[in-house]
This record gives sequence, C-alpha cells and structure tokens, in this order.
Amino acid sequence: MGFATRAPAAIGLLLTALLLGAGCLMPKWLTFLITMAASHGLVSLGIVLLMRGGVVSFGQGLVFAAGGYAAALAFAQLGITDALGLTLIGGAVATLLAAPFAPLLARYRGIFFAMLTLALSMVAYGALVKVSALGGSDGFNMGRATLFGQKLPDAQVGYVLYSVTVVMSALLAIAARRCFDSTRGLVTLAVRENELRVEYLGGSVREAMAINFMLAAFVGGAGGALTVMSLGHIDPNFSYWTTSGEFVFVAILAGWQSVLAVFVASLVLEMVRSFSSLYFPNTWQLALGLFLLFVIRFLPRGIGSLWFRDKP
Amino acid sequence: MEQAVTIFIDGLTYASWLFIVALGLTLVFGVLKILNIAHGSFYAIGAYAAASFVGWGAAMKLAPGWSIVAMLLAAAAVAALLAPLTERGLLRFFYGRDEVLLVLVTYALFLIFEDLTKLVWGANPYYVSEPYALFGNVEVGRQVYVGYDFMLVGMALLVGGLVWWGLNRTRSGKIVLAVIHSEEVAASMGVKVSRVYALAFSVGIFLAALGGAFTAPMISVQPGVSVGVIIVSFAVVIIGGLGSIEGAAIGALIVGLARSLAVHVAPVAELFSIYIVMAVVLMFRPEGLFQRIQARKI
Repeated sequence: MGFATRAPAAIGLLLTALLLGAGCLMPKWLTFLITMAASHGLVSLGIVLLMRGGVVSFGQGLVFAAGGYAAALAFAQLGITDALGLTLIGGAVATLLAAPFAPLLARYRGIFFAMLTLALSMVAYGALVKVSALGGSDGFNMGRATLFGQKLPDAQVGYVLYSVTVVMSALLAIAARRCFDSTRGLVTLAVRENELRVEYLGGSVREAMAINFMLAAFVGGAGGALTVMSLGHIDPNFSYWTTSGEFVFVAILAGWQSVLAVFVASLVLEMVRSFSSLYFPNTWQLALGLFLLFVIRFLPRGIGSLWFRDKP
Repeated sequence: MEQAVTIFIDGLTYASWLFIVALGLTLVFGVLKILNIAHGSFYAIGAYAAASFVGWGAAMKLAPGWSIVAMLLAAAAVAALLAPLTERGLLRFFYGRDEVLLVLVTYALFLIFEDLTKLVWGANPYYVSEPYALFGNVEVGRQVYVGYDFMLVGMALLVGGLVWWGLNRTRSGKIVLAVIHSEEVAASMGVKVSRVYALAFSVGIFLAALGGAFTAPMISVQPGVSVGVIIVSFAVVIIGGLGSIEGAAIGALIVGLARSLAVHVAPVAELFSIYIVMAVVLMFRPEGLFQRIQARKI
C-alpha cells in the first residue's frame, strides 16, 4: 500500500474528525442539513459506482425506500432500536431486494438500464401507496433510535444522529474508494470503455455489473435508513422518480472520479434546495434546473474533475 | 361481457391521447436521439394554453364549436413559440453527448418548466368542460359513453396516419428518415441536418401540446399533470421500441388496456400495472417490440 491508496482514507478520517468536532458548534439547522446531505450522498455514491461502468440508474429511490422502510419497520415491529444496527438492516434489506434483479439488469445498458430501474422504483411506489398497513401515501412516523443501548435525550439527539451519519458515510466512502481501486473496480472502468475487450481478456462484464448493482443497493439502503432515523418519518415519495432524479443530479454534479465530490455535490444540492426554498419558494425548481444545466454545460465531468485531473 | 366492452372502450380512449403524446416523444427520440423528460411539460403547457384559449373564445361569445379550433390553435401556438426556443436556444449545445446525460438535460428543463407554468397560470386548477359536451353521448349496449372520447380515437388515427404519410410519402419525410438513418451521410448529401432537427422537434412538441390540449376537457388542469404523463408515455415508447410509430401505437394500446383492466378488475394495481407490463416486455424484448436489432459497437 503506497501513499496513493492510503491518502484517501487518511483524508476521509481527518474530515470526519473535523466534522465531528465542528458539529458541536454548529446550529441545529446546519447539522441537520449535513446529515441529510451525507445520507442522501450515500445513495448517489451508489449511482457513481454504477456510472463508472457506464450505466446510470434512474430508480435508486427503490433501494433508498427499501432501506428506509426496513429500518422504520425493524424499529416499530421488531424492537430493534440501535442506530448502527438499523443502518446495517437498511443496507442488507435493500441488497436482498436488489439481488434477484441484479443479474437481469446486468444485461442492459444506456437508456434501457435507466428506464428499467425507473420502472422498478415506480412499481414499488405504486405498491407502497396502496399498502394501508404501511400508512399508504401518508407513510408513518418512526420513534427515536438509540445508540449502544443508550436513549438519546432531546438536547443531543440531533448531534448524535449527525455523528452516526457522518461516521457511517465516511466508512462507506472509504470502502467505496477501496472498491473503485480494486481489480473489479478497474474492470468496471474498462467496461465503460469497451465491453468486448473485457470479455476477450477473460473478465465477466455481467458479473461486474451485477455486483456493482448490489453494492449500490447496499449504500443506498444504508442512506435510506440514516435518512429516516433523522427525519423520523417515511412515505412512498422515497421511491418516487423525482427523488431518484435528484440522486442522479448529485451523481452527475459530482462526476465519477472522486468519492469526496459526491458528498460535496450532495451538500451543494441540499444548500441550494433549502436556501432557494427560503428566499424564492415558488421558483426553487427553476433555480435547480438552471444550476443543473450550467453544470452539465460547463463542468461536464463534474466538480470532482476540479481536483482529479490526473486521469482522462 | 358488458364489463369487457367497457374495459375495451376505456382503454381505447386512454390509448388514443396517449398515442398522440407518445408519437411526439418517439419522433423526437428517433431524430434527435433525446429521450425528452420535458415532453410532459409541453403536454401540460398545451393543456393550460387550451384552457386559456377556450376561455377567451367563450369570453368573445363564440359558438361552442369554435372551442375545438381554439384547442388546435393552442397546441400550434405552444409548438411555434416554445419548440424553436428550446431546440435552438438550449438543446443544440448538447448534441452528441451521452444519451443518459441528455435525459438529465431535459430533466433540468422539466424542472424549469414546472415553475414557469406555475408562474404563468398559478396553482389553481382549470376546467375546460365546454368542448366535452360537443359530441353528445353514444349508447353501446346499455352503457352510455361520451362522444368526445370516440372523437379522440378518430383523431389519434388521423394524427398517426398523417405522421406516417408525412414521413414515408413526402420529400421532407424522406429527408427526415435519411437523417435518422445516418446523420453524417445525410449531411454530406447536402441535407441541412440542423433544420431537420428543428422541424422534427417542433412536430414532436406540437403532438405533445395537441395531446395536452385535447385531454384538457377530460381532466382538471393543475400542477402535476406533466409528471404523470411523462412516466406513462415513457412506458409506451419503451414497450413499443424507441423511434417506431407502430411501436408507439401498439405500446399505447397495451398500456391503455392494461390500465383500464386494472382500474375495473383490480383497482389496487392501477398505479403499477403499466410498469409491470413495461418491465415484462423489457425482460423478453430488451429493445422493445418494434425496434430493429442494432449492431454491437466495438
């Protein structure tokens, strides 16, 4: 392991420590904003993982909702209240849900992959709206999670969930970096360039794509679980296509090179969203759309390309 | 039996306007290679414009029959105003980029139009009931159906036939087909590709607005209609095969019938019946029902 492989992990841990320290001083709205940015960023991280293989999922809302509903149900029905446990359950359930579709989706590329994932997420949306046991279109509330068996008092709950989210996101981000630089991660990049060559060289394109899809589902599910714990509420909109669209937005904004860029992009989106809904509530979608067009036009490889210049 | 007839007629009506909208979507994709999410916005704007035009017509005390003309004019106005603006002013800067990235460009456009329509027409619903009664009622067996619905079916057939004729039997249609086949070869033969793009996009947008204008009497025109339409018309063109007229017709029929079957037999499944059909078709025919197999690029 040289500097190049260790540096991202070191940077990640340093940033995490900084964020944990700074969190004590931040106002509540800011910790909440960063919590949302980090947990949503995880879902986009999954899309970036897929993007490295040349496909974009327009239905990551599916795994986001799966993780969120799994965590909320485990809390309400099974009595599991530990924040870390719920995050893992969210990730695991989303992966299980994605597993049967992974080999199937691995055959599709481009627009068809995007549309098929979109269809799956909309089937889930349609089903969730109709299931009255899960609150139908209103969804349901989730109580307050615990950490290591400790109940969280009112004053600290925001900060503790913020810390959990930041630490989990950092760990998953570091794992993602390792995954990007692993043999399979590099095969994925090769698939993006030329599938046939990968097959000639003995690599399995479908296996790489299927495993990527499941890994993306895991981080997406974990992101859903972390989101629902901080929000305290879940509804079918988690799986709606405009939610998925925002995840793709962040992934495109970040570009496929840098992991850190995903979280920066997610934070940018959350900020644009909350500031524009504060100052121009009727035109915030307009602002978001113009911003997106600007990025695609002038930063085609995302904000990650600002500091990731070495590879083409 | 009676229920089967009802399901069929409901499905057919739904399929007819959906076909008009999806035809525009598939045409734009065929020529410009853009799967246009903002297509739903043009549908919505068409519906709003129809509401305004019909309202003005009523204010001028025109005979109710003129409301059909008003709706046609509304669709034409939307296409004439917005299509060149969008295509020349924005989309042309992104030609040749990755297909999925282009989807995202139109997603941005969709977000922009969502707020613009709210700024222009407000958030309250509009009702355009006037034209709906124009064609009287039709009795089929013991059931009574609204004549307007059958007029829509006729219009869908007419529009589909016209577009087919225009593409396959006219000189400019042949040029469009040549551009679809190979843009480079067409350009080297002296075809002005940018003009073909602008033409195809305008026709596509006109069809979206036309679908919106003529469904306006059947729905309440309010924020959010664009979202529902775009997802359903995506399903249609994906089922039928992107860029195919026959595909759009068959896809619209399949989606319309699947939906009305779900509505009448299993209302729980209404929302996702369409997507299940789409997922099943994609699993067995990844390129859609009518798409020609394309050579794999090395």
